[in-house]
Amino acid sequence: MAKVKTLDDLRKLKADLKNKMELRERSNDPESLVQIKVSMATCGIASGAKEIMDYFIEELDNQNIDAVVTQTGCMGYCYAEPTIEVTLPGKKPLVFGYVNRVKASEIIEKYIKGGEMVDGIIPDSYTTLGKE
Amino acid sequence: MKDLALHVMDIARNSVEARADRVEIFFNLDKTDRKLEVCFNDNGCGMDPEMVQRVTDPYTTSRTTRKVGLGLPLLKMSAEQTGGSLNIWSQKGKGTNVTACFFVRHLDCVPPGDLAGTATLLITGNPNVDFRFEFRTGEECFGIDSREIREVLGTSEINQPKVVRFIKEMIGENLNAIDFIY
Repeated sequence: MAKVKTLDDLRKLKADLKNKMELRERSNDPESLVQIKVSMATCGIASGAKEIMDYFIEELDNQNIDAVVTQTGCMGYCYAEPTIEVTLPGKKPLVFGYVNRVKASEIIEKYIKGGEMVDGIIPDSYTTLGKE
Repeated sequence: MKDLALHVMDIARNSVEARADRVEIFFNLDKTDRKLEVCFNDNGCGMDPEMVQRVTDPYTTSRTTRKVGLGLPLLKMSAEQTGGSLNIWSQKGKGTNVTACFFVRHLDCVPPGDLAGTATLLITGNPNVDFRFEFRTGEECFGIDSREIREVLGTSEINQPKVVRFIKEMIGENLNAIDFIY
């Protein structure tokens, strides 16, 4: 039978990465990192949010960008799913809508790496049901 | 929902929204009866009996950002269209249990999809919630728990891309090893 990875292998991976200093410790200051929240409610999932979350993790790893990718609930912009919220260190969070792989790659290239604005931002003055 | 993995992501997110800090998801694949049972247990805020009655109505939701809630109705539909069923038990302040039963050889049964990916993204994308996944096929069983992973990682973070990738591969390989396929 083919070798199956176990938690022991995770331990080894951890030791390996630690030697290379690639492993981030749980920091008291998450604000020092790029934070990406993927809206993962029924509306987002049905529109492909999982694929987008996979894509971000893969691409940020390939490009060695230090970021935290987490899930969040419905932000109320169901019409524009998949939606993500990107927070660059020291900046206000921005919400992007209609994020497909092309848009995701543009967000990484232009906004996350260069701080340059890209199309598709949902203005924070836009209110949803119940917010007012 | 295109596949079971997306349903699981959706229903597990309900638990997270219900402020659960422990969510257990059990998959029991019975190959002789061709039956798959998926069971969600959480210790979230729970629902009162009236809400349990209404929760599979698409026009019922707890959220304020929109007026429809389709997660459970869609799961119910997917289960029932295979001849299976959906059962919900909940108590206010205690938690919720959702059990979906599918007959996997039915033509209308949703495919499994990327279950390893769903489990991984739930574990790593919700670092403040403890998840336990258990996949059972007859005698064989594979279980994975956020707590075990956190114990191994110590003070290192769970949601780093390299760790996430590893966890996904590990779960995928183990699912193949126990032949969790339908």
